[in-house]
Amino acid sequence: MVVSESTHVAPPPAPEAKEARATAVKRRLWLRRLLQGQELVIAVIGVALAIFFSIYSSAFSSQSNVATLSTYVAPIMIFGIAEVFVLTLGEIDLSVGEVYVLSPFLVVYLHDAGLGVLGGIVISLVACAAIGLINGLITVLLNVPSFITTLGTVFALQGIVLLSSNGIQINPAGSGTIAKILGGSTYSPIIWALAIAVVGHIVFRRTTFGLHVTAVGGNQTASGEAGVRVGAVKIWCFVLCSLLGGLIGILDGYRIGSLNPGTDGLTMMFYGVAAAVIGGTALTGGRGTMIGAGIGAIVLGVLEDGFNIIGINAFAYQLVLGLAILGAMILNIQLERTRSGRGSGSLARLITRLGGRRATSS
Amino acid sequence: MNRPDLSKADQVSMDDKTDPPAAEDVLRVEGITKAFGPIKVLRGVDLHLAPGEVLGVVGSNGAGKSTLVKIITGYQPPDQGQLYVEGEPVDLHSVQDARSHGIETVFQDLALVDELSVYHNLFLNREVTSGGRFRFLNNRRMRADAMRYLEEIQVDIPSVDLPVEKLSGGQRQAIAVARATRREDVKILLLDEPLAAMGAKEAKLIIDLVKSLARNRGVSMLVIDHNYTHIFELCDRVNVVEQGRITLDKRTADTSLAELTEFMVSSYRQQVEGASA
Repeated sequence: MVVSESTHVAPPPAPEAKEARATAVKRRLWLRRLLQGQELVIAVIGVALAIFFSIYSSAFSSQSNVATLSTYVAPIMIFGIAEVFVLTLGEIDLSVGEVYVLSPFLVVYLHDAGLGVLGGIVISLVACAAIGLINGLITVLLNVPSFITTLGTVFALQGIVLLSSNGIQINPAGSGTIAKILGGSTYSPIIWALAIAVVGHIVFRRTTFGLHVTAVGGNQTASGEAGVRVGAVKIWCFVLCSLLGGLIGILDGYRIGSLNPGTDGLTMMFYGVAAAVIGGTALTGGRGTMIGAGIGAIVLGVLEDGFNIIGINAFAYQLVLGLAILGAMILNIQLERTRSGRGSGSLARLITRLGGRRATSS
Repeated sequence: MNRPDLSKADQVSMDDKTDPPAAEDVLRVEGITKAFGPIKVLRGVDLHLAPGEVLGVVGSNGAGKSTLVKIITGYQPPDQGQLYVEGEPVDLHSVQDARSHGIETVFQDLALVDELSVYHNLFLNREVTSGGRFRFLNNRRMRADAMRYLEEIQVDIPSVDLPVEKLSGGQRQAIAVARATRREDVKILLLDEPLAAMGAKEAKLIIDLVKSLARNRGVSMLVIDHNYTHIFELCDRVNVVEQGRITLDKRTADTSLAELTEFMVSSYRQQVEGASA
C-alpha cells in the first residue's frame, strides 16, 4: 500500500515501529549492497588473484614487486577515476589517453620557452582542462555523441604531439624535488592515485555535484526538469577527466624519465575504462563508483604484474587479459540484471536451472 | 442518450480578453497562442484556476495540451497572450522562473532518477548542504526531512533509502507528486497523465493524495489527461481543448462522462466534416 487511506480502521503504526522498520530496511539494504555490490565481488577476486600469485611465486609478495605493482596500478587507477566521471553520465572520453601523452610534452615546451617547471606544469594542466572543456562544449552544445567528439580529439591530439615533437623521444623538464613529488620517487604515483581516489569518492558521493552527475546519467530529462544544469554538469565532468589525464601524464613522465610521443594513449585510456566497468560503473550511465574503479585498477594491475612474475608469454597475457575483462563484464551485467529485479539474465537463469537440475537429480 | 447541449453558453468566449483577471484566481491564462512554423498549436487559450481547485484539461492527441503545459511551466514562451499568477502578470522564461512563482510540474516520464534513493530524488537540486562553497550533502538531514514529510502527506513507502527503481508505479508517482509539492510556497501543480498505466488500486492512492493536497494544503492542480474516467475521479472542473482552443468549460458535478464523450465525438465529427467540406 502506498498511501494510507483516510478511512484507515487499524490505528496508524507507532512512529518507533516505523523507524525500526526503516532501520531494518536500511540494514538489509546495506547488507545486500555489500553482498551483491560489484566492489566486494571484484575485491574478492583481487585478493584471490594476489593469493594465487603469492603461492605460485614468492617473488610476487617481495617488497620490490610491491613497488612495481604500485606503478602498474597508479595510472590505471587515475584513468579509472577520470573515466568514472564521464561514464556515469553515460558518456565516454577516448581522448584522455592522448591528453596523458601530450601534457608532459607541454611542460617541456613551456620550460624551453623560459618558464619555470612549476609554472609550466600549472599551465599544462590548465591546457589539459581546456581540452576537456572543448570536448564538453562540442558534446553538449553541438550534440555530437561524446564517443565521436573524443575520437576526433584523440587523433587531433596525437597529431599535435607527433608534429610538435617530430616524433623524437625527449626527457621531461625539471628534476629534483618537483620530479620526486610528481611521480619520480617510487611510491609517489600510487600515493597520488590513492589521494585522487579518496577525493574523487568524496566529490562523487558527498557533494551536490556528484549527486547531479549520477542524476544526469540516470535520467537526463528528469534532472533537467528538476533544474539541474545538465550541460554544465557534463562539461565539468569532461574538464575533470581531461585534467586528471594531464596529471597522470606528468606523473608517468617523471616516473619513466623519458617522454615517448608514440605512447599508445588509447590503450591506457581503455585500461581505465576497464577498471571502472569491472568495478561496477555502468557504461549506460546512472551508476558509478570511485571505490570500484580503484579496486578494478588494483585487480588489473595484479593481473598484469602477476602474469609478468609467473612468466606468462606476453602474447598470451593479452589474450588472458581480454578474456578476463570479457568475463568480468558478462558477470557484471548478469549480476546487475538479477539485482535490479528486471528478470534474471540468461546466464544467471542458466546457472539456476543447472543448479536446480543438479539438486533434483541428486 | 441525450444529445449534449452545445449552446454558446457552455463555450468559452474568445472575445472577453478585456476582462480584468479575477483576483481570486491563483492562475489565469489569457489569449495564449503558439505556433511551430506553419502549425498553429494554440489559437488563443483562456483558462483560470481557483485556489485548491483541481482542473482537468482533456483533448485528443495534438490538440495542444502538452504545449499548454510547457508554456505554463515556463518550458516554452507563448507567442502571444499573458499568464497571471494571483492576479499579477508574469512572464516565465524558464522552469526555474515558473517555480519561483509557485508553479510545479509532474511530467509524464515521472521526472525521477531511478538510480537515486527516494530522499535524494525528493531533494534533487534542492539539496540540504553544509560546508559552504563545496556543498557537501547533508544526507542525514535530507533523510529525516524526507521521512517526516512523507509521513505528513501520508505516502507510505518501505524506506526512503530505496532507489526509486525498486518502487511500484503508484509509489513512484506518489514520490513525484510529493517532490513537486514539498515546498510550502507551491501554489499550482501540473500533473501530466498522473494515472497513466496504473492499476485501479494504485490509481486510488494517487487520487487520494491529489485530493488531500488540494484540500489540506490548498494546492491548485491542473491535470492533463485523455482518460475521461480519471478526470471525473480527480477533478472539480473540466476544460476541453480542441484544435488549440478551449471548447468546453464545465464543473464535473454539472456534466457526465457520457456528455463529455458525446461532446468530444461530435466535435471530432465536425472537424472531419469541416476538413472534407
